[in-house]
Amino acid sequence: MKIKEIQEEIVDEFSMFDDWMQRYEYMIELGKSLPMIDEEYKTDDNIIKGCQSKVWVHAELDGDKLVFTADSDAIITKGIIAILIRAFSNQKPQDIIDADTDFIDEIGLKEHLSPTRANGLVSMIKQLKLYAIAYQTQLKN
Amino acid sequence: MVISTLDIKAIREDFPILNREVNGKPLVYFDNAATSQTPKQVIDAIVDYYENYNANIHRGVHALSQEATDKYEIARQKIQKHFNAKNSYEIIFTSGTTHGINLVASGFTSLLEKGDEIIVSAMEHHSNIVPWQMLCERTGAVLKVIPMNQQGELLMEKFSEILSPKTKLVFCNHVSNALGTINPIEKIIDMAHGVGAAVLIDGAQAAPHIKADVQALDVDFYVVSAHKMCGPTGVGMLYGKEEWLNKLPPYQGGGEMIAEVTFEKTTYAELPHKFEAGTPNICGGIAFGAALDYMNNIGFANIVEYEHELLEYATQELLKIEGLKIYGTAAHKTAVISFNIEGVHPYDVGTILDKLGIAVRTGHHCTQPIMDFYGIPGTVRASFSFYNTKEEIDVLVAGVERAKNMLV
Repeated sequence: MKIKEIQEEIVDEFSMFDDWMQRYEYMIELGKSLPMIDEEYKTDDNIIKGCQSKVWVHAELDGDKLVFTADSDAIITKGIIAILIRAFSNQKPQDIIDADTDFIDEIGLKEHLSPTRANGLVSMIKQLKLYAIAYQTQLKN
Repeated sequence: MVISTLDIKAIREDFPILNREVNGKPLVYFDNAATSQTPKQVIDAIVDYYENYNANIHRGVHALSQEATDKYEIARQKIQKHFNAKNSYEIIFTSGTTHGINLVASGFTSLLEKGDEIIVSAMEHHSNIVPWQMLCERTGAVLKVIPMNQQGELLMEKFSEILSPKTKLVFCNHVSNALGTINPIEKIIDMAHGVGAAVLIDGAQAAPHIKADVQALDVDFYVVSAHKMCGPTGVGMLYGKEEWLNKLPPYQGGGEMIAEVTFEKTTYAELPHKFEAGTPNICGGIAFGAALDYMNNIGFANIVEYEHELLEYATQELLKIEGLKIYGTAAHKTAVISFNIEGVHPYDVGTILDKLGIAVRTGHHCTQPIMDFYGIPGTVRASFSFYNTKEEIDVLVAGVERAKNMLV
């Protein structure tokens, strides 16, 4: 599935929820689900620093697609990471570079991607895109 | 339990912001240790300044400039009186506590030698650690730390061990921002003076609750921010003993701080202007004075008594929540409660509380050494002010319960 389609699917899922409680409960549920990153990748190199909640991101190529794994020590942050990974992982680097994150606004979680929010998510998205740029260059060579 | 004599309902009417809603819920503001709210008496002073006598000070011959200068200097006198400084020129207007600390740290560059020692406490805000580390880098002085115990109290016997004739400066906060501990600064000042060291006390967290008497304390430097005591942001004060302020070189060069300037040599202005280069935050300074009037009108004894009541009530109610742990249980503390729920990240708790209209601070509170000491990423911090109520604490407790049910 293309990134846009996955994002639409997520927006659809969230449209079932009536209020913030349900949205957050769903995200917390997502956050509590299986670890999203191998422990060996939870290194200082992979950590996004300077935030209240720690965020780890790891990327590797699988054929021509980029696979992301990530994690956080805060559960709500982790829930949003699960959503972002679902949208961006297993995609071609160029598609990741071109993709936007407007769907986060549509599912009522915009505040979490505010640049002033110290939860590491903004830096995480930046990191995902940087990985995509790096691997795109690698694929071209 | 003492029943406070303050008319909280009437006091709350002075604070327009307390009427607003957040996420559809009435605002419960418990982030007072970061910034206190502003009463309309202070807002009126700000509006009055811009509507009636906005002008640059200390140099104009015209009426507006004269009026602004008078009001600004009256504000300085109000601050002098509030903190009981001997002279009004020992009060330096700053942009806030951090500015005051940096001014002193910078000034000491020329007064320290390699091997001199500087002592800070283990519970300092980063703003009272980093400037001293930078000073040590510049001078070759050595930074030493007064450790604390699990309750968040300084180990005074350790302080006495690290104190020596090599100690030139001691820095400590009056009240810890992360834990609320009221530190025994009288003792610290006394002991430091015993070896000839100067003492700077960071009063940012104490000033909203404790009226410090700088002469009785015999403190060398005392710094505060107006925005934690009902004043506006971007203004604060540095108190320095006259002899110390005369010893320190100017911090910044510019207008206002000079007596005479030629390209060959500049002579500096007298105190306090020597440290007040450039056009100051005139309106802020005047509003700071109005904030002190407001708080003194309510009375610090009343404030302390009522806030202590809130602290005891909140502590008792929060501890009923299973798995909730309070960090900072010193015998003497201000109305600050730093806590975590077992197995839950403070950021998650803060996020849910925000959804419920409750403003708390989460994170390391610019005190990473304290968080490292407890081995935690941060805490949720609820800090109370005299305009808060027990009903609001009930809302917080219910909110924390709800967050816990969602997150655990």
